[in-house]
Amino acid sequence: MTRPRKLPALLLAAVLTASLAGCAGKGTAANGSNGTLAVFAAASLKSSFTDIAERFEARHPGIAVALSFAGSADLAAQISQGAPADVFASADARNMAKLQDAGLLDGEARNFATNTLAIAVPPGNPAGINSFADLANSGTRLVACARQVPCGAAAASVAEKTGITLRPVSEENSVTDVLGKVISGEADAGLVYATDVRSAGGRVDSVPFPEAAGAVNAYPVAALAGGGNIAAARDFVDFVSGPEGQEILAAAGFGPGAT
Amino acid sequence: MTGHQAYTGIPRWLYGLAALAALVVVLPLAAMAARVNWANFLPLVTSEPALAALGLSLRTSVASAGLCVVLGVPLAVVLARGRFPLSGLLRSLVLLPLVLPPVVGGIALLYTFGRQGLLGGTLEVLGLRIAFSTTAVILAQTFVALPFLVVSLEGALRTGGQRYEAVAATLGASPGTVFRRVTVPLVLPGLASGAVLSFARSLGEFGATLTFAGSLQGVTRTLPLEIYLQRETDPDAAVALSLVLVAVAVAVVALAYRRPARPAGNKATTRPTAAAGPGGGVT
Amino acid sequence: MTFSLQAAVVERGFDVALSLGPTETVAVMGPNGAGKSTLFSVIAGLLRPDSGRAELNGRTLFHLADGERTWTAPHHRGTALLAQEPLLFPHLSVLDNVAFGPRSTGTVRHLAISRAMHWLAEVEASDLAARRPEELSGGQAQRVAVARALAADPGLLLLDEPMAALDIHSAPLLRRLLKRVLTGRQAIIITHDVLDALMLADRVVILEGGRIVEEGPARKVLERPRSAFAAGLAGLNFVPGTSAGTGILTSGGRHIAGHSEDPIPAGRPAAAAFPPSAVSVFLDDAHGSPRNSFTVRITDLEPHGDLIRVRAGGLAADVTPAASADLGLLPGLTVHFVVKAAAVSVYETWQNLSDGARTPEVPAET
Repeated sequence: MTRPRKLPALLLAAVLTASLAGCAGKGTAANGSNGTLAVFAAASLKSSFTDIAERFEARHPGIAVALSFAGSADLAAQISQGAPADVFASADARNMAKLQDAGLLDGEARNFATNTLAIAVPPGNPAGINSFADLANSGTRLVACARQVPCGAAAASVAEKTGITLRPVSEENSVTDVLGKVISGEADAGLVYATDVRSAGGRVDSVPFPEAAGAVNAYPVAALAGGGNIAAARDFVDFVSGPEGQEILAAAGFGPGAT
Repeated sequence: MTGHQAYTGIPRWLYGLAALAALVVVLPLAAMAARVNWANFLPLVTSEPALAALGLSLRTSVASAGLCVVLGVPLAVVLARGRFPLSGLLRSLVLLPLVLPPVVGGIALLYTFGRQGLLGGTLEVLGLRIAFSTTAVILAQTFVALPFLVVSLEGALRTGGQRYEAVAATLGASPGTVFRRVTVPLVLPGLASGAVLSFARSLGEFGATLTFAGSLQGVTRTLPLEIYLQRETDPDAAVALSLVLVAVAVAVVALAYRRPARPAGNKATTRPTAAAGPGGGVT
Repeated sequence: MTFSLQAAVVERGFDVALSLGPTETVAVMGPNGAGKSTLFSVIAGLLRPDSGRAELNGRTLFHLADGERTWTAPHHRGTALLAQEPLLFPHLSVLDNVAFGPRSTGTVRHLAISRAMHWLAEVEASDLAARRPEELSGGQAQRVAVARALAADPGLLLLDEPMAALDIHSAPLLRRLLKRVLTGRQAIIITHDVLDALMLADRVVILEGGRIVEEGPARKVLERPRSAFAAGLAGLNFVPGTSAGTGILTSGGRHIAGHSEDPIPAGRPAAAAFPPSAVSVFLDDAHGSPRNSFTVRITDLEPHGDLIRVRAGGLAADVTPAASADLGLLPGLTVHFVVKAAAVSVYETWQNLSDGARTPEVPAET
């Protein structure tokens, strides 16, 4: 009789202990005191930065790179709230500028890649989208990013320059959400980045459009002043901008960083 | 009141832990309230997108709470009173959205009502487009809120027992009459709390809506989605709108858990048995 | 205009046959778990028996046998149930409660209301019509519940310990009321109170272990109990055995002397019954031929009115407190219970229950 009664309490205690221990563990690992480098990177960099980190670790024995991917705004907010990070790679200039203004950067940020918009359509392009102008066709279910996020701002800027009024059925918070709705077939077309189309593999088709060149999005990266491993952080920033980093980024569909 | 109750049976250390528990909930809310930019509060919460989001949230939550009542009452009665095989399994399944991450709910709804979904083709033929519409928002909210109504009503039904119904039947009342004139009036307080709770849960619904319905001002962008979006660029607006949502949630919970001053001495339970509060899906 | 029932619920070991005459009220008594509630649930249609058949005023309530699956829903049976608690609908006024039955069966509102007023007057509760159930005392609520049951015009009224939850002031009033309204109706009343059986019922049925063990006119059952339960109700010492001379022979081979009104042939099932007041308690074995003496060990002493009831060896004796003190009676003490043969009533206990309990028109089928 006593065992089932004690069980929930034991479980609770175990969960509490484990979660507290877990938090503590993460904290020390990310501090970089034992040769770890905490890199906060925009979600769209996930696959390329995973590769870059692997290559970087191979070149720098003794340093382990801990990657954390999320929306640039989320990461910037976390860093300004004191999250232990050594490097920040943002998908837009605005969020990097926030940290710059707060004096959290070690030196200047450096643009290491660019990304251009592309139209993603479900395989076979059932709605027959062939140009940016087709997105405005009545009956076309277009999903885009909201203006408040970088991909949405880019889309709005292209629309403005071309004089085409887009009427998306949904304005998502992230490219991932846009892509998800194209993959599931809910949307006829989505405005995302070229790299997103590439990372989606065969699950979406890409319709390139020349107007995209009018709204190129630059990705800045910087070492952070508050990090515990500034030398390694600077090395990582150099590595991303260097030939090996650029090669990986190009393979993922990114354009070269503006100089 | 005469005198003071001297014995409570509460060990002293329990107060400490209880205070800690209260802090876990109250402190973050207070911290958020402290960050409100009061100078700009009114313009922030009365901006066009904010009002559109609030209006949409209220409209869809009323609709989904109504849908929860219409669908949840029969379900709760059948679960509480019906005798059929696998009723236990059915109850577990129906209550699943209580513990399911809302985004999972959104994905599930997508594969049901989406264009390529289970019913999507049929609905499309009928000319019904659910995805990216306000209907999708209401469906997502109903999906996550229905268990709240069912749990609180089923609790009321079980506590009340079936004796009144049995007496009514022997007095000549058909099952329909018993349901209308005895069962429903007896559980009315439980039903009211359940409806209010499901309204509150609908108001806070986020994940399933984002996944399933999308986000467009005035159509699918409810207040939680607006908050999530504002946070990208305007944290002040996000905080101000969060405070509005907290205020609405507090009012709703107070309404649901108030000590009722009922005229009738109803022995049926008046408290919802679901201890979960609203707003679970707000980031 | 009669009621007949034969039903078996295997899981509960319940197997009862019972019938009522057109205006008969039957009291059902028995220990807890004897099947009294099962009986009502089966009659009211809340519980489906495994087999059996019941008819009320020419209509089949249920007929469950091989190839027969007739079942009438509770609301079509006309068997109004009055429980220990009034169970007035809390959200309705007293008047609407009483009008509930007629309204439910489709009576137009003003007729239902006037019928409700009539029955409220019948139970002397007209002045309560506008009240809410929560504003009533226990006795008032139960009177309203009686009016509500009667307003439904039931063919058979089922009363499940209607007085049990009332205080000692309300119970007599309700008992008088029931006495009046049950006249000329078919009713079954479950009770633990001998007074209810004597005052309200034409006949008493004793239920034990899911079966009827005894039945007959209330007075006869109480004067000459044939079961230990009925003897307990009547407050009599009860010793079963077989007839022998003017007394009985117990299964243990002991002879108890007594007297019987009619001579009983030897060897028949018989019982000896005698009131505790006829029993004297001695510390020594007393002598004298017309006496029965039992050597017993005291188990309990308890107050019984002005007297002390001494329980020992399954028997009871009533002594004055003074006598108890003089004798120094204590539990565990061995004493002698002595009763004169003239105070011991001996009678046959053999009873063909199927004659009385099982009705000729209902074939027994189990």
